[in-house]
Amino acid sequence: MSQRIYIFKRFERFWHWSQAALILFMLVTGFEVHGSYSLFGFAAAAEYHTTAAWALITLWIFAIFWHFTTGEWRQYIPTLDKALDMLRYYLSGIFTHAPHPFRQTQLRKHNPLQRLAYLLVKLIINPLLWISGLLYMFYGSWNDWGLGWLSLSWVAVLHTLGAFMMLIFLIAHVYLGTTGHTPGAHLKAMITGWEEVED
Amino acid sequence: MKASRYAPARLILHCLLYALLLGIMGPLWAAAEGQKSTADHSKFKELQQPFATGPEVTKACLGCHTEAAKQLHKTTHWTWAFRNELTGQTLGKRNVINNFCIATASNWPRCTSCHIGYGWKDDSFDLTSETHVDCLACHDTTGGYKKFPTGAGHPNYEPQEWPPKSGKMRQPPDLQKIAQAVGSPGRDNCGACHFYGGGGDGVKHGHLDSSMAKPNKDLDVHMDKDGLNFSCQTCHTTGSHEVAGSRYAPKASDDRGVVVPGQADQNRATCESCHSPQPHKAEAADRLNQHSKRLACVTCHVPEYARGGVKTKTWWDWSTAGKKNAEGKPFKIKDADGYDTYDTQKGDFVWEENVVPEYRWFDGEIQYTLIDDVIDPNGVVPINRIKGSADDPKSRIWPFKVMRGKQPYDKQHKILATPHLFGKDDDAYWKNFDWNNALKAGLASRDKTFSGEFGFVETEYSWPITHMVAPKEKALDCAECHSKSGRMAGIEGVYIPGRDGLPWLDKIAWTLALLTLLAVLIHGAIRIFMSKRG
Repeated sequence: MSQRIYIFKRFERFWHWSQAALILFMLVTGFEVHGSYSLFGFAAAAEYHTTAAWALITLWIFAIFWHFTTGEWRQYIPTLDKALDMLRYYLSGIFTHAPHPFRQTQLRKHNPLQRLAYLLVKLIINPLLWISGLLYMFYGSWNDWGLGWLSLSWVAVLHTLGAFMMLIFLIAHVYLGTTGHTPGAHLKAMITGWEEVED
Repeated sequence: MKASRYAPARLILHCLLYALLLGIMGPLWAAAEGQKSTADHSKFKELQQPFATGPEVTKACLGCHTEAAKQLHKTTHWTWAFRNELTGQTLGKRNVINNFCIATASNWPRCTSCHIGYGWKDDSFDLTSETHVDCLACHDTTGGYKKFPTGAGHPNYEPQEWPPKSGKMRQPPDLQKIAQAVGSPGRDNCGACHFYGGGGDGVKHGHLDSSMAKPNKDLDVHMDKDGLNFSCQTCHTTGSHEVAGSRYAPKASDDRGVVVPGQADQNRATCESCHSPQPHKAEAADRLNQHSKRLACVTCHVPEYARGGVKTKTWWDWSTAGKKNAEGKPFKIKDADGYDTYDTQKGDFVWEENVVPEYRWFDGEIQYTLIDDVIDPNGVVPINRIKGSADDPKSRIWPFKVMRGKQPYDKQHKILATPHLFGKDDDAYWKNFDWNNALKAGLASRDKTFSGEFGFVETEYSWPITHMVAPKEKALDCAECHSKSGRMAGIEGVYIPGRDGLPWLDKIAWTLALLTLLAVLIHGAIRIFMSKRG
């Protein structure tokens, strides 16, 4: 027996996918600006990266507003309850079709490892990228803002560090998206909003 | 910015604005172009007479222009001496040593064919003489006035052969006709010396050569003969015969803002004096204006120099001079384009065109290696040192032509040696090819005693690049500098995206990302394998 529950609301899904596209695009253009390869050409890459940054910032403002007005921010309160079980599941249980140790509900849509990972993204990676990126963008105004003591190389290095963390998160996140009760289940839920959960 | 990236709507808007601007400004420019003096010099009795020599013409000029010679006497064009207040050094052609023909002293009559005077043939030249100012060098509008290359500033008054032994006779100029047609200096007047510095077309500067007399838009967007058609004085503003702009003491950055009437300093010999220090208005303006705080305008807007089809000399090796051919005679070797690559009188040359500049931090201060300065012959001796650094907000990254070569030095006194090259006497190097005699005589003319021991030392001479400004569509592409081994490779003290980073961080982080990818792939493979097994 299984039942369908509505996990991801419309705005949440819009936010997730547009953010996914923007982050992917910003990784591609950002590492070109960093000099890792040549794709669009430096000038275009830098311009696209900046435009996408403003789009993402706008999106984040809406998302933050949404999280607080809906109370959804509570989904990211960290817990260690069943975290070890989850780890054990990913390391062995998943191979033998052992039952999933976590049961999704509307109030607890993320398993404890997800909670930790997303909290890490929201509290460490995003602010790191956001702050260093904005400083990077307004490098020419540092003196006017009394920030002349900042070093562009450190701001750039922190921005790069944030980008690498985001890239590694993205790889793991995409793969773990296939670990639902069928490989496509989580993906489907993220598109339709509806997740099938076993009783 | 590239035109191809303009949105069509914006392009149309720009075209319309430009057309409007042309419509308004066109008649004004035309008026300036056809501007006529209120005096027709051919109607002046003083000029309606045959003139035997240049100084006779000058005497006639001074009859009305009573203060002109006194004004000129104060200029570097006349004194060939320049006091640099920043460094305290006394520079100018009389004092500096370069790595072309090295020095003026003892070679006066050849060098002073580019002096705005008559008769500077030795140290006895009277720098206070008013009639020895050459008005025509700058004010001839006929193109017929030419100072004879070895005439110490005089034109030839009789038919004379030039180049030597060429069989070509140079006719004397018609001084009366020329005097009656004087006017504001044109590009050819300035160019007669400034295009040919170093002994030939384009030799010295690399961004000033005969192609700049009538440049097209690609070569120089301001002097474009079919466009803005600026004269030299449009930027090199003049007053009392003083010309703005100095290679000895350039403005590396200019925060005066746009120069408007009423300001004390009307010098327009900087880009910023017309364009402002924040000149970019189209797309990406903010980011480009940020660049203006650290880069000279010309760094992006003069992508290459010697672009007009005239090569510039980039290497001059005096140490190989003096070779004779099979008949025991001096000889020359030319490249396919007709440029000398070897000359017994001068040594080996390298010529280049469309040259990518070298870049350095520059704050406007240039320290020269002068005759009294002890050199380190073990390294490359800088003829001049460009000051500036990333830490100094007034410094900008500037483009330079770096002239390199080998030249004689006094081994015991460890100073650059100034050879006596030109002259009919036996000591002149170009006559007898004897370095010992030439250096002894040359150093003596600078009050130095030659130790008797000489060698050749490699030198380099940095020339700020300012001319040959390309249209904005042809400005430097970002990636030329924002790349690992781009044009900014040698620039320190500034983080350049695309060039810089922490290589170890990149290495560790890419490895971690790859390991993560590998881990999830293996994890996935095991899942597939296990589920197949049942």
